[in-house]
Amino acid sequence: MTATATGAPPTSRRVQGLLALAGALAVLAVLSVAVGSRAMNLPEVWSGLTDTASDAYPVVTQMRLPRTALGLTAGAALGLAGALMQAMTRNPLADPGLLGVNTGAAAAVVTAVHFIGLTTFTGTLLVAFAGAAIASVACYLIAGAAGATPARLALAGAAVTAAGYAYVSAVQLLDTATLEQMRFWSVGSLVTAHTVPLPMVIGPVLAAGAAGVLLARPLNALALGDATATGLGVDPRVLRVAGIAAITVLAGTATAACGPIVFVGLVVPHVVRAYTGPDQNWVLPYSMLTGAVFLLAADVLGRVLARPSELQVGIVCAVVGGPFFLYLVSRRKVARL
Amino acid sequence: MTVPTSPLSTANATIGYGRVAVSEGLTVDIPEGEFTVIIGPNACGKSTLLKALARTLRPSAGRVLLDGRDIHAQSTRSVAKRLGLLPQGPTAPDGITVADLVARGRYPHQGLLRQWSAEDEAVVAEAMEATAVTDLAARGVDELSGGQRQRVWIAMALAQQTPLLLLDEPTTYLDITHQIEVLDLCAELHRKGRTLVAVLHDLNQAARYATHLIAMRDGAVVAEGPPADIVTADIVDEVFDLPCVIIDDPETATPLVIPRSVRPAPVAAV
Repeated sequence: MTATATGAPPTSRRVQGLLALAGALAVLAVLSVAVGSRAMNLPEVWSGLTDTASDAYPVVTQMRLPRTALGLTAGAALGLAGALMQAMTRNPLADPGLLGVNTGAAAAVVTAVHFIGLTTFTGTLLVAFAGAAIASVACYLIAGAAGATPARLALAGAAVTAAGYAYVSAVQLLDTATLEQMRFWSVGSLVTAHTVPLPMVIGPVLAAGAAGVLLARPLNALALGDATATGLGVDPRVLRVAGIAAITVLAGTATAACGPIVFVGLVVPHVVRAYTGPDQNWVLPYSMLTGAVFLLAADVLGRVLARPSELQVGIVCAVVGGPFFLYLVSRRKVARL
Repeated sequence: MTVPTSPLSTANATIGYGRVAVSEGLTVDIPEGEFTVIIGPNACGKSTLLKALARTLRPSAGRVLLDGRDIHAQSTRSVAKRLGLLPQGPTAPDGITVADLVARGRYPHQGLLRQWSAEDEAVVAEAMEATAVTDLAARGVDELSGGQRQRVWIAMALAQQTPLLLLDEPTTYLDITHQIEVLDLCAELHRKGRTLVAVLHDLNQAARYATHLIAMRDGAVVAEGPPADIVTADIVDEVFDLPCVIIDDPETATPLVIPRSVRPAPVAAV
């Protein structure tokens, strides 16, 4: 009955999908702890977790576990931020990476490190929020504010991203100390996870994540157009302000901790919608889990491909996400969401 | 001097886009229980008026009143329980099914703690029944014909269960059969007690289906009243600059506008 009344796919299948994602996440988390320049088998991982005297213990608890936790949190944040952004703009090409939000956060962080000598993570986080907010507003205004079409928004985002990226590179070239400090961070990396205070990442992501998921129902109304949404009792401006706030915290936190990672927020919601259909009540939680799976998988892959060294997770994401983006752009129906 | 039976009205409202005012000092009352149709030439301000009534456009001066109170001073959700809207060219997300789209009309009746209920389910089923889209429930909206799609959108607005329903050019882009189908559906909704307001382009359809006409030109109301009083050769010429004769519609006895032939009479060959 539910299947025919509320449309495909049936709720039971969507619950199964969530469980499958949680399972995949558990497997990847174990892999993420086990894989690296010093590979471990499962007994070693276990003793590293439980036996304080084992030589695996410091590697597991100080390096691999924080890295895994950070990858999971940042992936979930980026996946949800992308889904929120696409729903809010009704633009299938929207992504906090492509629309300049992550680059804006990065540019602000680099500025603060170079000019003020910022070193604390709290400072980095706040500066990243500010940069993310400025970039998203700038992008929206350049694209023509309320008249922004998907194409204009994508172009404005490309411009803001290119400018921000050039700026980040320029500051780093001028200042070798900043460059050394942020070499991995600026391409998007989990290498420095052990230096990041995890509660300060997980806290904001959980708060903004909960707020973001609560927007699912009004976003479902907004999907029918601004006028229809107003008719249904949603104020599109209030909803957009709330959405931008959530996206700024999600993308800003992820960027402060791991650097600017693009394409996660773009790819994840597309893959998710193909399975769940357009109901945001499912798209948003699915995007969180799938984002975490995607980023952890990319990080593990980067460590396997370039052993004993590693490829930064931001590079792996771009290598996977770039072709997917081109595929989306070349599709005929891309503008409808 | 106010009309006590008007649930929705504008009071001395200036409405427009940005700094360009389409209508200035416009006062219009929508009579309760009528099927009001707003007519007029392109750019006369009829859609702008509908948008102001639907609160998607805020007047820069004056007020829009719902049940005698400023519509913008009321919570948008409580307005949504009184007033439904079918805008021009609404968009449906890719892959949404008919049942899911109609179900979204329940939004103003739900809340954080009040999730989907048996009542919602029943209202959605009833709305699909009334618009004859029940058989399409599991189909994707993007697979439907234009006429079917418009019926689905009307079903969504019906699921909102509002006594007032505003429709902005509901027949645009439909072929004649589907136009009549949608208008018959509107007449049926009106007969069952809803107050309807629609913007229509076709004067003859307006004369046939409306119980109350508002004729506009240059942002102002030129005439309003029952179609038999409004659709006269003089008023049509005044509103549309169209010389015409009016005859009785042989089917419904409503006024039928026949434009005069403007071709010059044949000239005898020299």
